[in-house]
Amino acid sequence: MDILLPVKIAARALRVNLMRSFLTMLGIMIGIGAVIVMVAVGSGATKQIADQIATMGSNLILILPGSTTSGGIRAGGGSAPTLTFEDVKAIQSECPAVALAAPELRGTAQMVAGNMNWSSLVTGTTPALLSIRDWRLAAGREMTSSDVDTAQKVCIMGKTVAENLFGDDDPIGKQVRIKGVPFLIIGLLERKGRSAQGTDQDDVVYVPITTAQRKILGNAFPGMVGPVLVQAASQEQLAQAESEITSLLDQRHHMSATKERDYTVRNLSEILAVSQQSAKTMSLLLGAVASISLIVGGIGIMNIMLVSVTERTREIGIRMAIGAKERDILLQFLAEAVLLTMLGGFIGITLGVGGAFAISGFFGWPTLISGEAILLAVAFSSGIGIFFGFYPARKAAGLNPIDALRYE
Amino acid sequence: MKMGSAMKEVVRIEGITKVYQMGEETVHALRGVSLTVNQGEFVAIMGSSGSGKSTCMHILGCLDRPSSGRYALDGVSVENMSKNELAEIRNKKLGFVFQGFNLLSRTTAAENVELPLVYGGMNAATRRARALEALHMVGLAERAGHLSNQLSGGQQQRVAIARALAGDPALILADEPTGNLDSRMSEEIMDIFKRLNEQGKTIIMVTHEPDIAAHAGRRVTFKDGVIIDDTGPAQTAAKPGA
Repeated sequence: MDILLPVKIAARALRVNLMRSFLTMLGIMIGIGAVIVMVAVGSGATKQIADQIATMGSNLILILPGSTTSGGIRAGGGSAPTLTFEDVKAIQSECPAVALAAPELRGTAQMVAGNMNWSSLVTGTTPALLSIRDWRLAAGREMTSSDVDTAQKVCIMGKTVAENLFGDDDPIGKQVRIKGVPFLIIGLLERKGRSAQGTDQDDVVYVPITTAQRKILGNAFPGMVGPVLVQAASQEQLAQAESEITSLLDQRHHMSATKERDYTVRNLSEILAVSQQSAKTMSLLLGAVASISLIVGGIGIMNIMLVSVTERTREIGIRMAIGAKERDILLQFLAEAVLLTMLGGFIGITLGVGGAFAISGFFGWPTLISGEAILLAVAFSSGIGIFFGFYPARKAAGLNPIDALRYE
Repeated sequence: MKMGSAMKEVVRIEGITKVYQMGEETVHALRGVSLTVNQGEFVAIMGSSGSGKSTCMHILGCLDRPSSGRYALDGVSVENMSKNELAEIRNKKLGFVFQGFNLLSRTTAAENVELPLVYGGMNAATRRARALEALHMVGLAERAGHLSNQLSGGQQQRVAIARALAGDPALILADEPTGNLDSRMSEEIMDIFKRLNEQGKTIIMVTHEPDIAAHAGRRVTFKDGVIIDDTGPAQTAAKPGA
């Protein structure tokens, strides 16, 4: 018995009823296409969020200086300078679950280089910050701890600042005056792009925290720092790091049960993980809705196959009379259903991939076509063919030869 | 038949009965039929509608199973065979010619003739040669590539005969083969059957037309589920009941 025979017979039957075959396939085509487009849109969104998380750094905890209360009016978090560089050093050295801790002292400053000037965010920090944020240099060298200890007037700048001050020239080794103070440019950061909130992350200048405190962003509270960025040793140790920091700072700040804490600890990774999770859920939901259309398409195939079996009862009778076995008839109709769904599946994949490109082209949505989704769609469509084709095929194979022959 | 005692029995049925349940009513279609057909015979089965001749034909054709009785086809006992084994028997030992031709539509004459060979597992080249040979025997070799629905009724029936011949079966069963044809075409078809019979083919044909039955060497008449008459020029078998 020729293995390909049922396929050949099925292909002939489909050719004979070309219009009907096409309309039957339409359900599967649309179903598969929809699954691929929806999964592509969903995973595109998930990947975009994942990329944004990656630009922030991983396993992050943010410590904000506390709120002030004056005359019963409470200002928001970060309004009072309550964290010191000493606190940061203590967190770094005394909390085992903390990998790195870096303070930030931020301020906007006017900077001049040659005949160009630009206003940007100047952040005083320590060398740890760049590793916490997983940010590498495009050129030059990183800040060292001796730069911090001796309050060197050196800076590292982002691409946006460098372009505005130096154009295409290499800024390394050149001077920039920040609030009138001359700084040596030692490093140029790699481009990081926009943050999840849409701000330009490359419009930034980093200087040693000590220099910032003394020369440019000095304020009424010497030694104070702004928010502190902490990286836990691992994702599992995030919660432990959080509690270690809390107890350390409580102790250092002489907190008691009756006093309101003068700082806030926030787990950033958690917030981002939640948004990524919701994007994943959305993508799953989109896929599920599209899968329903696939099942509807499968039922359409079963419907047509049942009609086809009834319509061709006589043909089945003839085939049985001249020696077709039950298995031959079963395979013939099964092959027809599988051929329909697989053909529909392949056209659906083409439509889906085209649709995904069209969506990212017209609407600018990020889409990500995964090979897995395509593979799954193919497996699913042939599975649907077998599943929904089996019942009609078995009905055909189970016919009694004389009844089938007599059928009008 | 002039083969004497060396004659081979193609069909041997003994005490066949067939009982149907039609709703509340029990129908006794066959009430104990015995018949022996030797190789090379051309038998016409006659009878009015409801006489049991069609039921007998279906049982002879292994399309249906008797309620009781014994049936040996070409020396093989078939009454206890499974559905699949019966399909195999139909494929290898039987050739069918139906009243309504029963060709596959939108399929060429040659492909129709090939069909039993396809299910028999023959390779494409041999099967094509055998199909053309069978079409040649019914005088339709030049129409091999025509679609079945482009052929006249007589031509379609000739294709059906070629299909029955293709597998070189032990027995050809024809169920009212001229029922849908005019008298000129009927003669044509009967000439083919007679020629095939002269070449040694065993043929059993069901018909209710006496002039068609006259072409056969032996005539068996059914009435109310039993054989009431069995006559033929060279027939040596005993009459029913004997």
